[in-house]
Amino acid sequence: MFVTDTLTEVLPDRRRRSVLLVFCCTLFGAAAQVLIKSGANTLGAHLSAAETILAIATNLPLLAGYSLYGVSTILLVLALRHGELSLLYPVIALTYVWVTILSVLIFQESMNALKIAGIAVIIIGVAILGKGDPR
Amino acid sequence: MAWVATGSFIGSFGAVGLKAGAKRLGRNLKSVYTNWRLAAGVGAYLVSAVFFVFGLRRGELSILYPMVSLGYIWTLFWSRLFFGEPLTRTKFLALGLILSGIAILGLGNQ
Repeated sequence: MFVTDTLTEVLPDRRRRSVLLVFCCTLFGAAAQVLIKSGANTLGAHLSAAETILAIATNLPLLAGYSLYGVSTILLVLALRHGELSLLYPVIALTYVWVTILSVLIFQESMNALKIAGIAVIIIGVAILGKGDPR
Repeated sequence: MAWVATGSFIGSFGAVGLKAGAKRLGRNLKSVYTNWRLAAGVGAYLVSAVFFVFGLRRGELSILYPMVSLGYIWTLFWSRLFFGEPLTRTKFLALGLILSGIAILGLGNQ
């Protein structure tokens, strides 16, 4: 989907900057999810579909969350200009780690060994998908 | 969970719309905003976001956020179907891992 230059040698400092940028991306992305969840928590479950959509469009934490999500997407595109997708994608999977930690800390969600194992297996799957086929 | 699963399905058409639209882009800005495929892709993403929020009203973030990765699986099939991209052994491995991860997550949620 994204255009990256895999043929030319990428300078090491540029590559490091790309990894750092993607790392920031995962932090912003996780913060966005927390904002979206706290916005969703304030929506009444008894509202009709039309009322809920109106409530979504006027919900400040939700809108802030999706804006932050937009910012993290732009950062990702910037990072991908100088970095290889296969190198950066496993870093992106860090978002799952942050979201899990924040869900427990902020929303007091329960955690057990099975849930952690499930998230770990998903992270490995997403990382492999991003890394692509060995050349 | 059903909200997020349905949302990930709709959202995967977002990627299809963006890809189909991107292939038809010219060098001018007008070709971006008059491109109905791109608009349909963005629309699909918006609808899937609404479904995600519907799911999050009651569901746990630590369960529902990883479930969004179901979308990667749909996207692999649409890429094969609509754009003829090869489904390699590595992609199958990743697909199997993501599906098993979601199944294990579901078991842990009970």
